[in-house]
Amino acid sequence: MDDRITLAHGAGGSQTSYLIDKVFKKNLSNPFFTADDASVLPRPEGKIAMSTDGFIVSPPFFNGGNIGKLSVCGTVNDLSCMGARPLYLTCSFIIEEGLEISLLEKAVESMAKTAEESGVVIVAGDTKVAGKGQVDKLFITTTGVGEVLPGVDLSGANAKTGDKIIVTGDIGRHGCCILLSRDDYGIDADVKSDCAPLWKSVERALNAVPDIHVIRDATRGGVGTVLYEIAAQSSVGIKLVSSAVPVSPEVRGVCGLLGLEPLYLACEGTLVMITPPDKADLLLETLHKQPYFENAQIIGEVISEDVGHVVTETEVGTETYLPKPGNELLPRIC
Amino acid sequence: MNETVKRAVEIIKSSNTRDLRIMEVCGTHTHEIFRMGIRKLLPENIKLISGPGCPVCVTPVDYIDEAVMLALEKNAVICTFGDLVRVPGTSMSLALARGKGAKVVTVYSPLDATKYAEEHPSEEVVFLSVGFETTAPSDCISVKTAVRKNLKNYSVLTSNKTMPGAYRAMKDSADAFLYPGHVHAITGTGILKELLSEGVSGVVTGFTAAEITTALATVLKKTETGKPFFENCYPRVVRDEGNVAAMKIIDEFMEPCDAVWRGIGEIKNSGLKLRSKYADYDARIKFSLPVINGKPNPACRCGQVLQGKILPSDCPLFGRACTPEHPVGACMVSGEGACSAFYLYGGNK
Repeated sequence: MDDRITLAHGAGGSQTSYLIDKVFKKNLSNPFFTADDASVLPRPEGKIAMSTDGFIVSPPFFNGGNIGKLSVCGTVNDLSCMGARPLYLTCSFIIEEGLEISLLEKAVESMAKTAEESGVVIVAGDTKVAGKGQVDKLFITTTGVGEVLPGVDLSGANAKTGDKIIVTGDIGRHGCCILLSRDDYGIDADVKSDCAPLWKSVERALNAVPDIHVIRDATRGGVGTVLYEIAAQSSVGIKLVSSAVPVSPEVRGVCGLLGLEPLYLACEGTLVMITPPDKADLLLETLHKQPYFENAQIIGEVISEDVGHVVTETEVGTETYLPKPGNELLPRIC
Repeated sequence: MNETVKRAVEIIKSSNTRDLRIMEVCGTHTHEIFRMGIRKLLPENIKLISGPGCPVCVTPVDYIDEAVMLALEKNAVICTFGDLVRVPGTSMSLALARGKGAKVVTVYSPLDATKYAEEHPSEEVVFLSVGFETTAPSDCISVKTAVRKNLKNYSVLTSNKTMPGAYRAMKDSADAFLYPGHVHAITGTGILKELLSEGVSGVVTGFTAAEITTALATVLKKTETGKPFFENCYPRVVRDEGNVAAMKIIDEFMEPCDAVWRGIGEIKNSGLKLRSKYADYDARIKFSLPVINGKPNPACRCGQVLQGKILPSDCPLFGRACTPEHPVGACMVSGEGACSAFYLYGGNK
């Protein structure tokens, strides 16, 4: 077997078939994944949710995951945030000439494993090879279709005054991990990305509390950005208790050294949930029993004042606005 | 709330001292004071004024113009701390110059710049040497490194500043100073005792909630005595003798010069330039830069903000034409700038 991708692997001839058989079919085989031009799929009963996302993370392999796992988690989690059970996924690969085939294979193996964990089926795919230097190693785009659970109505516009705000885990690990993987700062710290497929855990949370108002994944821009987006979409203010926000000692340490705010670092397996106040305890109790959500915490509440802003209490007992997220902190984080 | 903070906050809130203007000199103090909403603790008659201690804010427009000229006309690679990249010059910032082909590399230490020069021997590398006594030692170490490694393609464009001259120039703008802890960790407290003998009051302090509130409480208590005062409220870091090794290396490579502070004007002996022995590493000499008279945007009122004469929100550009995303004045660029901190933390909330 060739050990590197060449332009011939994308030309449609025998080497393309070889790549499809040995890398893609081997890992992604299922009855819907056929040699035809499109997959023909049974129609779900409920409303359909659909989402697409491109992944260009650098480096493509990092502590706690890789671009393959991330590309499935990203779309599965986007569907989950709308209360939709992920059903089908398509994936498009843009591969740089010269990439080791073993790296591609590892990424595809991770996709298969992550898809299985989430209960989603990869039903179609496409491969293109771009010349050396025209892309960086491997870019993946996934598109997903999910079925919205009956009786669930989730939107960033649904937050109401008095609602409680929960984060499902300690924040900023993915952003911090990518920053360290690039080794631009000479900092040695063991920070593992939180990259994870969350549907099964979200489903159990929604079964316990079907009237959660908002679920958002705190990817690019982190929890701070998500809170500002919800404040704007719902025309409310948000009161954040900064001291209640869970941050691991490693992430806090790295942020301290580099002058970064963990609230703006990307997460890939951590959600913000907004729930009616009388359901907050039940939801928290349910979350604590789910994989990936053991460290869930209430971090604030929705208020009617300071519309469009996130207000936070300081160490000296006064209130200030959380600074609005500004320029791109790190390019190519997902 | 931490017990020390609680006690200090009680003293601050219950103070009935005379009208008082306290200047926090350091940009990091400005940032922390806004971040923690400390101004809201103060009684009406006590004002905190943001002073000239944000290095980016007091760097004159001419300096940015010089850096842009080096990058675009002399083909030099500019190595700089990130803050300076977006500061507007007369016609453009380094960020805009980058769009016109300038090579601008953001570094976290002057030694990253010498490393870059070593790895790129065919490029001329200029490090933008700005800041106070805190950054000057590492700027000098970069020159020392360049001398030792015989790097012919490395030079520095100096706009380093020193605080004593600024304290004296600003002494009528405030009744007491919060002196910058890290500057005096380098220089020691000798100059502050000299200022005391000239009737200038102040306390040197650190940067945590407990340190800043304790320093303010100390200023209020000491003011009640009616006599000039000086206290070291940051003894865990600031020693009377300062950092002797750091002062020695500054003295070895740099000498005092007059310097222009944006918004304040020229202050005698308040700057540092390379000694003539190291002229080969002085970018102004190496590239025969002409004297540039930069022109700041006439509507920008950073100068008055820097002297504590107006609040950032009194400037007609604040939050409209001038925001952190599209800064007009230097005070909106740096995280240590008063306008930026005021904007980000909702100063008027």
